[in-house]
Amino acid sequence: MDPLILSRMQFGANISFHILFPTITIALGWVLLFFKLRYNATNDSAWMRAYFTWVKVFALSFAMGVVSGVTMSFQFGTNWPGYMEHVGNIAGPLLAYEILTAFFLEAAFLGIMLFGFRRVSNRVHTLATVLVAGGTTLSAFWIIALNSWMQTPAGFEMRDGVAHAVDWWAIVFNPSMPYRLVHMLLASGLTVSFLIAGLSALRHLRGDRSESMWKALRTGVFTAAILIPIQILAGDQHGLNTLEHQPQKIAAMEANWNTGPNVPLVLFALPDEAAKENRFEVAIPDGASLILRHGTDGVVPGLNDYPGNHPPVFPLFWSFRIMVGTGLLMLAVSWSAAFFLKRRHSLPRPLALLMVPMALSGWLATLAGWYTTEIGRQPWLVTGVLKTADAVGPVAGSHVALTLAIYLLLYLLLLIAYLGVLVHLALKAAKDGDSSPLPGVMKTAMSQPAAGE
Amino acid sequence: MTYDWPTLLPLIFAGLMGLAILIYVILDGFDLGIGILFAAAEDTEQDTMIAAIGPFWDANETWLVLAVGLLLVAFPLAHGVILTALYIPVFVLLVGLILRGVAFDFRAKVPAGKKHRWNRIFFLGSVIASLAQGYMLGVYVLGLDVGRGGMAFGVLVAFCLAAAYAAMGAAWVIYKTEGELQKKAVRWLRTALVLTALGMAAVSLATPFASPRIFDKWFVWPQMLYLSPLPILSALLFLWLWRQTFHLPRPDDRHALTPFLTLAAIFALGFAGLAWSFYPFVVPDRLTIWQAASATESLAIILAGTVVVLPVIIFYSFYAYRVFGGKATDLTYD
Repeated sequence: MDPLILSRMQFGANISFHILFPTITIALGWVLLFFKLRYNATNDSAWMRAYFTWVKVFALSFAMGVVSGVTMSFQFGTNWPGYMEHVGNIAGPLLAYEILTAFFLEAAFLGIMLFGFRRVSNRVHTLATVLVAGGTTLSAFWIIALNSWMQTPAGFEMRDGVAHAVDWWAIVFNPSMPYRLVHMLLASGLTVSFLIAGLSALRHLRGDRSESMWKALRTGVFTAAILIPIQILAGDQHGLNTLEHQPQKIAAMEANWNTGPNVPLVLFALPDEAAKENRFEVAIPDGASLILRHGTDGVVPGLNDYPGNHPPVFPLFWSFRIMVGTGLLMLAVSWSAAFFLKRRHSLPRPLALLMVPMALSGWLATLAGWYTTEIGRQPWLVTGVLKTADAVGPVAGSHVALTLAIYLLLYLLLLIAYLGVLVHLALKAAKDGDSSPLPGVMKTAMSQPAAGE
Repeated sequence: MTYDWPTLLPLIFAGLMGLAILIYVILDGFDLGIGILFAAAEDTEQDTMIAAIGPFWDANETWLVLAVGLLLVAFPLAHGVILTALYIPVFVLLVGLILRGVAFDFRAKVPAGKKHRWNRIFFLGSVIASLAQGYMLGVYVLGLDVGRGGMAFGVLVAFCLAAAYAAMGAAWVIYKTEGELQKKAVRWLRTALVLTALGMAAVSLATPFASPRIFDKWFVWPQMLYLSPLPILSALLFLWLWRQTFHLPRPDDRHALTPFLTLAAIFALGFAGLAWSFYPFVVPDRLTIWQAASATESLAIILAGTVVVLPVIIFYSFYAYRVFGGKATDLTYD
């Protein structure tokens, strides 16, 4: 097989596996801080119990994120040497700042956050939690800045085929960056709130009615219910930004072939690129014009304006619909659960049963969203600057295929093990309830254990 | 040589990258080494050994990301050449690092019956990662030679680097534990030291023959004079450490950290020797650091951030090590 498509598949597999875990750690850090602050304020040990359950998930997710992230840093060189050759002057500093300002901060204080509760004062432990949460978010900031620059490059000039930085402010805060950052941070928040709500619902189904279960469940459900309408609004704004800067991506997402007014919103179709038409189309008249231009006669760009220079239509059309569909399901589930928790102080069994698989809905929506935006940039690696085909390395296709197969197998096994541990932790927490002994929760630091103790 | 920014910046970044690699090899060296020593330890000892590295390994591995990151951002051309040439060993290294990294966390969280499996994976991952690093070092020293000779030499260096990491691991166990395990670690250290010394001698002997340019640096007067302190000092440190091992552990646990520091010094000397041999090339005999460097303005903006952030990183890394100072106790999430 072609090394280009194999390299793309390999990078896609690695980055898909990687993004699952930062998506959890970015927001889970802040949720842990919330648990910790609630405990500091109320002295209610159930908050600390929730903290100790979820800090284990954080530790595991963090480890998965680190090892898959290390893989990414090598793959730029092993599979895409052309990327750094052409845009290394821009990508380099952004990646360097991520490692320097965020990566080390997280890694150094993670130890204290995980294992240091009895070794430092409560205040320092809270501070370590803040620094870890801040570090993960800062990390997202730099990576989103770089990714957005690849989507909507700005602040640079080309000299001899190599990009040189002209204005760093314009590079970091490029046109799509603020929208993408907000969209991703909210996605992380939703992923974590559905994960917490889902695993708490599992505990609920197992008959666990402990205070720590209720606290985690309510935190998950209410956070999700608050974030999802904000996310829908932010997603809409992000879409309008894409319409302005990458119209061909929007055209592919909507499977709209001809530029013009009164474009329908296609709900279902099998886009056929060869025939340049949609088969089995089900559509709402004027829908796309209304959403994208806020008027039925709004002009929506069509794919036929971009011959040979638009992304593949089928995957884009469907990944975008999976993301939006999951989002609408999230809205329905989180609002119903919030209603029952708020008004009835209970969780009906059918709803709990639905919430358990929804624990992974954030992952699904996040992956579908990233596929939309990343496949939507093709055939470019950096829009208008570097084609993906021109960045691939000289490695033999057979090598790439072999390593890809092993990576896929490894990732599959790790994913199974990871989900197994998550369920195991939830069931163990359900069995223990609030009865297991709580680790010593102290306000002051324990002295350093002396040698020989 | 003129001293302007386009000349100085690649030099500074080569220095920073060297520093990051050295710190990585020393720090992740001891936790990889502990993984290798898992094969020789009892169940309860394994828990103590994990506790001795638990709070640190994440931060240790971050130095690898920094080293590769600096290669990537400061010398993008070299990053591409080196990593495409080492495609398969890099892949093996990554699989090893992935396995051990996650095994670390899984072993503490899975039901008790499955812990053994993850202990084995932790051992395997550590061995694979160490061997892959050694192999890459060997192939790099011979100028990215992937012929039969280069591969054979790579395999030799692979085993020796794994032994060197095991020595670091044993030295760390001596520092962080007491009683039977500490005594056992002294025995481990002795065995590993022999293999480490052999490995360093092999690399030292092979390096000058990798290219005539390096040969001249090693055996032509007066350059020979500048290099000579490195092997002599390393040999003396080896001998001294070897004699020390017969007196460890001391009754009041004095000098528990000495083997680790001595080994770190030996690593630093060996590393300095390599750096001296290869300068000014980042890809041996193909690309110099100036040919492979990024644009000056990009390096400048990274450097601006680095000089502010690196001291802070070193400061809080020390703080983290201090918080978890003393002998290792049970590792719990509290």
